[in-house]
Amino acid sequence: MASLEVSRSPLRSRRELEVRSTRQDKCSVLLPTYNERENLPLIVWLLVKSFSESGINYEIIIIDDGSPDGTKDVAEQLEKIYGSDRILLRPREKKLGLGTAYIHGMKHATGNYIIIMDADLSHHPKFIPEFIRKQKEGNFDIVSGTRYKGNGGVYGWDLKRKIIRLYRKEVLEKLIEKCVSKGYVFQMEMIVRARQLNYTIGEVPISFVDRVYGESKLGGNEIISFLRGLLTLFATT
Amino acid sequence: MMKLVQWLWGLAILGSTWVALTTGALGLELPLSCQEVLWPLPAYMLVSTGCYALDTVGCHVATFHDCEDATRKLQSQIQEAQADLARSGLRF
Repeated sequence: MASLEVSRSPLRSRRELEVRSTRQDKCSVLLPTYNERENLPLIVWLLVKSFSESGINYEIIIIDDGSPDGTKDVAEQLEKIYGSDRILLRPREKKLGLGTAYIHGMKHATGNYIIIMDADLSHHPKFIPEFIRKQKEGNFDIVSGTRYKGNGGVYGWDLKRKIIRLYRKEVLEKLIEKCVSKGYVFQMEMIVRARQLNYTIGEVPISFVDRVYGESKLGGNEIISFLRGLLTLFATT
Repeated sequence: MMKLVQWLWGLAILGSTWVALTTGALGLELPLSCQEVLWPLPAYMLVSTGCYALDTVGCHVATFHDCEDATRKLQSQIQEAQADLARSGLRF
């Protein structure tokens, strides 16, 4: 009898833990913005819709780097509409780079999952519940969206690096500590470091639709610095 | 310095082996057929690598899925979003 009880209780407490952890799950979406006045309301609406429909607790952290087009005003309006517990405004004075935007955003994140994505509608938030499902499925440290597998694909010949990823909070904190590059290269370095630290990475097929509004911030300069960053990564990792 | 160093080491080892074999520094008498293959090997490997790279990129580009469905759906959702937000008082 005693041995039966012992074998039953670890199973029950494990199940209890799973249920409790689902209730405690919270997703913090980091949204660095620069001149996204048109796209920001749309991406926030889509995020709110996806999270509400899937019942996942969430917060959206908007890090605006002093956009001259008034992105911050739109963000403030969104905060009024959806509440300051859902929309967190953490703006900065000027353009200080993607990496530091994430660091800044993370300081205010209260979720156990962190989603990093672009604010320009290149990724549809409908995939986020998929990411969380995938994470739980394989207990992955990172889940990345891929356009190359499964149902993934693109519309519009934009093969630029657009990344949407889910990180467990502790994993992102550790990785950010270790990364040294700036800008878009930063995203690549994260994966390299993750591999070195033996973090597990899962993939979810996503579709990528080319920019609807606004101009892309990827010019010739960015491409050169991307290549330079790539070579630096090659020589330093 | 790891990846770069690894590659340099690998190239150095392969390179010195090739030099040693083609200049007969090790005193080996290789049959003529072997020497004929060995001599242009580096150039051949370089061209093959280039072709493989182009091939891979080409294949991926050619087999990319086109998501027309997703685009249409997104467009209609954008309209829905704009209407809903305007109702909630957003001034675009």
